Amino acid sequence: MKAFLILEDGTVFSGTHIGFEREVISEIVFNTSMAGYLEVLTDPSYAGQAVCMTYPLIGNYGVCREDMESKRAWPDGFIVRELSRMASNFRKDITIQEFLTEQKIPGIAGIDTRALTKILRKKGTMNGMITTDEAFDLAAILPRLKEYTTGKVVEKVTCSQKYEIEGQKCSEVRKKRVALLDFGAKDNIAASLARRGCDVWVYPACTGAEEIIADEPDGIMLSNGPGDPKECTQIIAELKKLYDTDIPIFAICLGHQLMALAVGADTFKMKYGHRGGNHPVKDLKTGRVYISSQNHGYVVDTQNLSPQIAVPAFINVNDGTNEGLSYTGKNIFTVQFHPEACPGPLDSGYLFDRFIEMMEGKEEENA
Amino acid sequence: MPKNPNVKRVMVIGSGPIVIGQAAEFDYAGTQACRSLKEEGVEVILVNSNPATIMTDKNIADKVYIEPLTARVLEQIIEKEKPDSILPTLGGQAGLNLGMELEESGFLASHNVKLLGTTAKTIKKAEDRQEFKDTMEKIGEPCAASQVVESVEDGVAFVRTIGYPVVLRPAYTLGGSGGGIAHNQAELESILENGLRLSRVGQVLVERCIAGWKEIEYEVMRDCAGNCITVCNMENIDPVGVHTGDSIVVAPSQTLGDKEYQMLRSAALNIINELEITGGCNVQFALHPSSFEYCVIEVNPRVSRSSALASKATGYPIAKVAAKIALGYTLDEIKNAITGKTYASFEPALDYCVVKLPRLPFDKFITAKRTLTTQMKATGEVMSICSSFEGALMKAIRSLEQHVDCLLSYDFSDLSREELLERLKKVDDQRIYVIAEALRKGIDYETIHEITMIDCWFIDKIAVLVEMENALKGCALPEDACLGQQTHNGKELSIELLKEAKRLEFPDNVIARLTGIPEETIKKLRYDNGIVAVYKMVDTCAAEFEASTPYYYSVYGGENEAALTNPPKKVLVLGSGPIRIGQGIEFDYCSVHATWAFAKAGYETIIINNNPETVSTDFDIADKLYFEPLTPEDVESIVRLEKPDGAVVQFGGQTAIKLTESLMKMGVPILGTKAEDVDAAEDRELFDKILEQTQIPRAAGGTVYTAQEAKEVANRLGYPVLVRPSYVLGGQGMQIAISDEEIEEFMNIINRIAQDHPILVDKYLQGKEIEVDAVCDGEDILIPGIMEHIERTGVHSGDSISVYPANTISDTVKEKIGEYTRRLARALHVKGLINIQFIAIGEDVYVIEVNPRSSRTVPYISKVTGIPIVDLATEVILGKTIRELGYEPGLQPQADYFAIKMPVFSFEKIRGAEISLGPEMKSTGECLGIAKTFNEALYKAFLGAGVDLPRHKQMIITVKDADKGEAVEIGRRFEKLGYTIYATRSTAAALREAGVRARKVNKISQESPTVMDLILGHRIDLVIDTPTQGRDKSRDGFLIRRTAIETGVNCITAMDTARALVTSLENAQDQFTLIDIASL
Repeated sequence: MKAFLILEDGTVFSGTHIGFEREVISEIVFNTSMAGYLEVLTDPSYAGQAVCMTYPLIGNYGVCREDMESKRAWPDGFIVRELSRMASNFRKDITIQEFLTEQKIPGIAGIDTRALTKILRKKGTMNGMITTDEAFDLAAILPRLKEYTTGKVVEKVTCSQKYEIEGQKCSEVRKKRVALLDFGAKDNIAASLARRGCDVWVYPACTGAEEIIADEPDGIMLSNGPGDPKECTQIIAELKKLYDTDIPIFAICLGHQLMALAVGADTFKMKYGHRGGNHPVKDLKTGRVYISSQNHGYVVDTQNLSPQIAVPAFINVNDGTNEGLSYTGKNIFTVQFHPEACPGPLDSGYLFDRFIEMMEGKEEENA
Repeated sequence: MPKNPNVKRVMVIGSGPIVIGQAAEFDYAGTQACRSLKEEGVEVILVNSNPATIMTDKNIADKVYIEPLTARVLEQIIEKEKPDSILPTLGGQAGLNLGMELEESGFLASHNVKLLGTTAKTIKKAEDRQEFKDTMEKIGEPCAASQVVESVEDGVAFVRTIGYPVVLRPAYTLGGSGGGIAHNQAELESILENGLRLSRVGQVLVERCIAGWKEIEYEVMRDCAGNCITVCNMENIDPVGVHTGDSIVVAPSQTLGDKEYQMLRSAALNIINELEITGGCNVQFALHPSSFEYCVIEVNPRVSRSSALASKATGYPIAKVAAKIALGYTLDEIKNAITGKTYASFEPALDYCVVKLPRLPFDKFITAKRTLTTQMKATGEVMSICSSFEGALMKAIRSLEQHVDCLLSYDFSDLSREELLERLKKVDDQRIYVIAEALRKGIDYETIHEITMIDCWFIDKIAVLVEMENALKGCALPEDACLGQQTHNGKELSIELLKEAKRLEFPDNVIARLTGIPEETIKKLRYDNGIVAVYKMVDTCAAEFEASTPYYYSVYGGENEAALTNPPKKVLVLGSGPIRIGQGIEFDYCSVHATWAFAKAGYETIIINNNPETVSTDFDIADKLYFEPLTPEDVESIVRLEKPDGAVVQFGGQTAIKLTESLMKMGVPILGTKAEDVDAAEDRELFDKILEQTQIPRAAGGTVYTAQEAKEVANRLGYPVLVRPSYVLGGQGMQIAISDEEIEEFMNIINRIAQDHPILVDKYLQGKEIEVDAVCDGEDILIPGIMEHIERTGVHSGDSISVYPANTISDTVKEKIGEYTRRLARALHVKGLINIQFIAIGEDVYVIEVNPRSSRTVPYISKVTGIPIVDLATEVILGKTIRELGYEPGLQPQADYFAIKMPVFSFEKIRGAEISLGPEMKSTGECLGIAKTFNEALYKAFLGAGVDLPRHKQMIITVKDADKGEAVEIGRRFEKLGYTIYATRSTAAALREAGVRARKVNKISQESPTVMDLILGHRIDLVIDTPTQGRDKSRDGFLIRRTAIETGVNCITAMDTARALVTSLENAQDQFTLIDIASL
């Protein structure tokens, strides 16, 4: 069956329909990871977006459910050059085609994904529609595309109630308890903490600060998540309260942006964001460069950020944008990239160790 | 961290002659690194014995020494040039070994020279089998159960504990020389014995066999601050068991999920960190196909063939960045030259699929085993880029130039299902074609996978291609199909089907063959429906950032990205494709120089080539690079887009010459010598006419198509005769025949490959072979120098030792050669380069062959005379005259030094290959000896080729009757040098009779000890074995020669070579005159 991708700027790509048959309007973004399509599809941060994979051959190793980063797939649509008809991997459960259909994700294949990527790079992220309606009316569709906003997507992706993940027993030291605020958390955040011996209590995004504080966690983890951070006004207010406690906090991606907004910094939308597994970030303290996994369309503006509040800890080597903050006089550090990887390089996993050291009070001793 | 200010003078070690396992990739890496160093204001002193390289050009380095790569020579250069550091990680294993040797001996420390890049400690940790294993164990990276052994007994004992099969890897050898898989004790003993001998340190790793696991490689970079990145990963389609150099390789990996990909990536970074490598490094893993278990196979702490491939596959210039890291820069300080915006501290994202195919030399060595093992056999490789794997594979296949253009090119259709299942077990270069046939016969994926262990994903892709073949078979044109023609069963070549076939990169001629529709009609159908190739950019970042580097590949479907430029003048330079015997790096040298010369003259330059190992496919050589197959259709697609003002074909070897006619049909003017004149040199009748006109004698001969005709001509001329196909390279298929039976045999072999051209039969003349390269501007000629071969006619010019200036011919002969060259060049209306081979018999000069194009000797003669003939030829092509270029026409004054080019062979790598020299070229590379005297130059040339004698002062002579006289003279001279001579019965008798002491040794068939035992005893320096006339049929001679080569014993098969060797040994010396080529 034919399918079309119609962009806000009037560009129409014609390809083949894949996945679930459904018309969808969404924000179109691209991801440059060469492997890890399942992790991308199940990353809640893609809620409200349709993802184009720049690597042309997708689905080669099928779907291994244990690699899912959340219970379901989140993107509104999936855009690829070619979907492999053969899924070859010893752990494969189902094919990508079956997965897309099961997850009700519509998509389009057989288009020039590089041409699409170039449009997004030049003109910036824009909205689009995936449809199988050959008689589509462009004039009627374009205003609808312009209207679309991802809206308050965190509410859609967060867990409905608090739950616990037991940490592995790693040493004789008492297990740490981490409160993870789920703004759309990838499973590997909790898993990374649990592997390091932390019991993780996961809270819905809208949980009040008082409730978390009352549970007396050793540390608070703010997760990644979708959408414009400024939409999350209520969460930001609660985070301000957490900031005022002495509980160590580590945040990733949206969590990092929300914490920055909580202390009065600003965020802005990037032209086309960072999505992929090859972005270099520099640790400003050591000068070391790490290759990171990234997925964000917004970024913290550090220009007017007072050093009394926080100082940049990481920057992106390519474009100099902020990739992390270290909060002055606080046990708080936050990063824009994804140390939990999945997909992407595992190079910055050491940050979870740093968080644990912080909870153990080692960081303070060093300072 | 900024540049280290103490590094001002760096000595760069090249990799020496091209051999299997160490080819043009090191010229590419070395050239890029030297340019990168010079960019930083560092003075570069380059040492490489290989004159055919671009890195040995005077504009690449400040001082250039084309000297033998031995520690002794390097020490003398260091004493003379006083570098402050030495960079050994760019010259392959050869360069690395030398760097280590100098460091270990304490020479570098005592001369205050630092090893740059990676420390000796690191190199040892990565290269020494035991240290490597210990290091891997320490950091928890698994290796296959293994043990380093130094004796056969230890090896046998160890294998008792781990069981067969086992893999054997000798330490410090090139391309896995001497390695292999042993399935039983006999095999183990045989391979182990050989491997121990070939290893520089007498060590072989005996390892649990992980054959059948996925072979995955990572290219890693690390700087001195410890920042690490992986440039790319690659998956070998052929599982572990086939050397990665002989494997079909795809980048990035296709069948690894993110979990496997990141697991191995992290392991690679872990390893490079522990080894503290600074610069580039290659890590090879074996990954279990149905678990997360993996093993580290090996680490190369230097740039390698794989890193060249990774550079071309991603656009990331590994050698350039490695050189900057060696100077002290960190990755985040080095700009990404492709985007100009981002930095070297990122990992390339590919938005296409890359396939590499090896170019194997079995067309040259027809007696050789085609089996692929852990020992590399490929002489070169091709790479292709496409948005689909199927497309990339199809493009790579037709890039090989081995009469293959699709999966039907080797016909296995007569094999039954059972035979196919059996055939699939054979691991050779035809395996993918066998798989295709198996799929055609309905054998299922699982069965094929279980036999070959090739991942089902790849088998499925081959199936996609087979399905397309079936879909196309017997299709009619849409309009014919409408007419309901019965023959086509109603199958129609719909536009959709044609589109899909082109997306899968089926060339028009294959579609034509399958459908029966003429190729021209298909082309027209495509054009009428807008089905044309578009070009995409290799930009390192999957379009995430804007890139300005015009490095393109074609795909069908989508938007064209190739920047449409409209410069005043635009020229197409056709490259020479994969490196093969007969068409090597020399032609890349010529293409690159021509490109530079055109650029200097204000042209926009466009290169088309498909060889990832070369300088010509570096991203900043031409204004635009198209990484594409060199077939008429692929070239035409580019021509339609670029509309060049002209094309040059005379620099790209036979590959480019073959495209001449097609280019003319496309309406592209051929710059320089015209196509019809090129034809005239190849067409026997036309050429005879020219020789008649110009009154130049040649050996009598005739043109034939059949064996019967050949025998008639041969009998008319009288045996011996030379039989050869026209329009071939490196004398492929050329043989000296002495009887009707041999004619039959040779004609059979020649006709086995498709022959569009006639076969030439000439009277064989024996004399001195002379070669000239000349530039002709239409009127005047310029001959930089005359080269004389040491071997008599009958040995291919590429396999002969070549001496400049010619030192045994008279002035009269030289004048005749100059005059004949002028006449021929003018008669053929040559504009540009011409290469002529002559025979001199007494004062008579005959012409053997004329090639109105660049030749193998062009880089050599340019370097040793200091006359840049490619640049001059390019200027001439553009309309300048030789006089205008500041040269007096004619033969240029002779140099006051000697430069001797020595061929280098890779026989030890090709099991079963006949090593005796003849009219068909067999050498893979060359080196140069340059000195004030002939004798020293000769000694250096042998030394550079790895003939470092004497060692044990024992030798074997076994020659045919005709050579006995010369054997006496040569034997006597070796005896004087203190050699003990062993000889087979009749040779021994001849020697003794003439008063040369010779010990008789039994033939192989006789009782022990035989000549074979002697060779295997490891105390023999040299075997002189001349085969009986014509093709040697005696298994004895063949076995002796093979055994010698595989035991690492020098083996000489021509008396002239033997004489040259003894002359060089009589003049052996310790102190050398060192000549800086850059000052010539």
